[in-house]
Formats: sequence, structure tokens, C-alpha cells
Amino acid sequence: MTASENSLNRAAAALREEPGDGLAVAVWATLKRDLLLMLRRRSEVLNPLVFFALVITLFPIGISPDPALLAAIAPGLLWVAALLAALLSLDSLFRADYDDGSLEQLLLTPQPLALLALAKVAVHWLLTGLPLALMAPVLGIMLSLPAGSYAVLAISLALGSASLSLIGAIGAALTVGLSRGGVLLSLLVLPLYIPVLIFGAGAVQAAILGDGVLAHLAILGALLALALSLAPLAIAASLRISING
Amino acid sequence: MWAFINKLRSPKWFYAISARLQPWFWAAALILIVTGTIWGLAFAPADYQQGNSFRIIYVHVPAAFLAQSIFVSMAITGLVFMVWKIKIADMAATVMAPLGAAMTFIALFSGAVWGVPTWGTWWMWDARLTSMLILLFLYLGVIALRGAFASRDSASRAASVLAMVGVINIPIIKYSVEWWYTLHQPATFTVTGRVGMPMEMWLPLLIMVLGFYSFFIALVLTRTRSEILRREANKRWVRELAEEAN
Repeated sequence: MTASENSLNRAAAALREEPGDGLAVAVWATLKRDLLLMLRRRSEVLNPLVFFALVITLFPIGISPDPALLAAIAPGLLWVAALLAALLSLDSLFRADYDDGSLEQLLLTPQPLALLALAKVAVHWLLTGLPLALMAPVLGIMLSLPAGSYAVLAISLALGSASLSLIGAIGAALTVGLSRGGVLLSLLVLPLYIPVLIFGAGAVQAAILGDGVLAHLAILGALLALALSLAPLAIAASLRISING
Repeated sequence: MWAFINKLRSPKWFYAISARLQPWFWAAALILIVTGTIWGLAFAPADYQQGNSFRIIYVHVPAAFLAQSIFVSMAITGLVFMVWKIKIADMAATVMAPLGAAMTFIALFSGAVWGVPTWGTWWMWDARLTSMLILLFLYLGVIALRGAFASRDSASRAASVLAMVGVINIPIIKYSVEWWYTLHQPATFTVTGRVGMPMEMWLPLLIMVLGFYSFFIALVLTRTRSEILRREANKRWVRELAEEAN
């Protein structure tokens, strides 16, 4: 038996194994690989944060530096700016993998593509949504956001941005094969972001007014649960379309 | 059921059957819309609060109905295309998208015109106008995505996925926007519930809604037929058809 036949047999044997065995390994490997790649491209992690801070800086300059006025619009401004920053980072979610062909390898693995895509989205949230949520209270101070709403701002952004990453990944997967998909991506994704924005900004507004915050956060959680269960399937279907097209 | 689905696979069969169906829908649309327009604009009594300006309802409500139904039909045809690979379904979805966007625009525009006498302004960020505006963006997204792909098959499948994602989101968007702001009057038209307006006003509206739906079916049939001829231009039966016509 030649060496090449030998390795072929081993590959076939690996394929015959129960898919359950390899699933945890594959998801863990995808997580680790994506985290490592993103941490090596630090600018891609930092750019959305810088963008977030910059956009927030534009508003006092464009509207008015009056603290009372800024405090009134701060919840919406922070949420919209964070949403746009997250949107900006979406285009690179699958782009590098598409360009170097590793996305095709991901499609060829015997493990379900939806779960592997979910791992990629989780990394995206961990390095985009979560830092944005942690940074938002600092920018909130600069917009004289009323005291007592900072924790809610961070929590609502952390919860909401996970849904944003999941929904946005559908758009990113649909447009990854197109050479100039950036603007199209925002056209596809922004209308779908509106419910998250409503309840996210609503949570912060409720915290300022002293209303119950939990209802808003619960709905944000429900949206996340729905996105978590359905979006991976749509992402997987979209990736197949983009690769085979 | 399966025999029917298998027949649907054949564009030639659909081309023949739609030729027999479409005159009926066109005739129904013409009769219903003309009757409804004359009845609604000339004979229905004026509203005691809004006067004659309420008559915009005879365009506004049917257009808004269609705007939402067309998106749902687009998602259903998208699903049929993805599951059974029936090309006719995708052709119908292709011709539905611009029609749905146009209906959404008509609903928005007539709503804005209606806003001037009732609210005193062209635009209010009220729940229904806002969710209609979002629906228009969803339509534009589907149309833009279909246009962006070089290969027709990818374009069809991508547009189908987006339509299905959109249709899951439409109720969520609708209810969250309603929760966000409610200023509009409660629903004026329900099929099952209590009728919120007198019979003389409601009947022409029903006729107009039916007329708009017939128009939608007729237009989709006719335009799908053109789409079949365009996509199947190289097939023999289309060539024979063209030769017969010459």
C-alpha cells in the first residue's frame, strides 16, 4: 500500500466517524482560530471602537454642547452609534476567509455549517459587540447621560449587539461573494436592526425615567433567543449560495 | 398535490394555463376597480369628521394590504423555489418585488397626502407609516440584492433567503414599532371583527381591495409569462411559438 493510499484511507476513516465526536472539536477549533486571527489583526478590533467614539464626538459639535439637550438624546445617540460601528465591522466577518479559500474548507467539513458559522459570529460579538458595550458608559459620561443608567446601557448593548451580530452575519454571508458588497450589506441589514434598536434604546430611556428596565431587557433576550435559533440556518444557507454561485 | 407540483416544474405548462387564466383576472380587476372607484368617490357618504378627504382610504388601504401580502407571497414563492427548485416560483418572485415596492410607495404617498388634512403635516412618525417605510426598505434590499449577483441562480437563491428572513422579521418590526409609538387610529378594516364604518363606506372599500388583489394576480401572471419567454428563449417550444407568431 502506498503512502498516498494510506493517508486517503485515514481521511476516509475520519469521515466515517460519528459526526458528534468531531463537532465539539471543530467548533472549538473554529473559535480558537478566529480569536487568534482577530487578535493578530488588532486594527480590525480597534477600528469600530474608534469609529464609535468619533461618531459620538460629532453630535455635540453638530447639535449643541448643552448638557441638558445632550442628556435627553444620549440613549438614542449611543445606541445608533454603537449599531453603526457594529455594522461597519460586519463586512470583514467572512471576507478574509472567502478570499483565502478557508470558507470553502469550512463548507466541506462533515460538521454542520450552521454551528461553525455560529462560532465565527460568537467571536465577532466577543471582539466587537462586547467592547462596544464596555466602552459605551465612558462615552455616556461625555454626553452627560443621567446617572443610574450606565449599567443598563452596557447590559442592553451587550445583549442587543449579540442579536445584531447574528442578524448582520446573514447579510455578510449573502454579500461576501460580491466585490462591492459594503453599501448593499447595510441596506439589507439596517431595516432588520430596528426592533433591537427600539428595545435597546428603550431600556436606557426607561432606566433614566425610573421605569421597569427588566421588560426591555427580557424582550432583548427574547430577540436574541430567536436570532440564536434561526439566524445560523440562514447564515449557512447564505454562505452556500455565495460560495457555489 | 405531487402531480400539480410536478406540472409546475414545466414553464411550458404554466405558459399555457396562464394564458387561459389571465383574461379573467384582468376583467375582474377592471370591473372591480372601476366600480369601487366610482362608488367610493362619488356615491359613498362623506365622513362626518374628515369630510371628503377620507376617500383617500379607497386607494390607501388596498395598497397597504397588497404591500404586505406581496412580501409574504414573495417569501412563499422563495421557499417553494428553494425546496422544490421550481423555476416558475422564482420568476413570480422576481416580478413581484418591484410591484410590492410600488404598492408600498403608493400606500406611503397616499398616507402622506391624507396626513395634510387630518394631521396638518405631510409626515408623522406614527407606527404604521414608520413600519411601511421599513417595509419599503426591505423591498429595496431584495431588489438590490437580486441585481447585485452576476449569476441568475445565485441571485434567485439569495433573494429567496432574504425574503424569508424579511418575512420572519416583518411581524417583529411591526409590533415593536407599534409599541414604540401609537398615534394612528385603530384598524379600520377587518374581515372578521366588527365593522368600524357604515356599510355604504365599507362595501366600496371591500370592492377596491378585491379589485387590487385581482390586479395583482393578473399583473403577476402576465409579467411571469414575459419572464418565462425571456429565460427560456433558447428552448425549442419558445422558438416554435415565435415562429408561429411570425
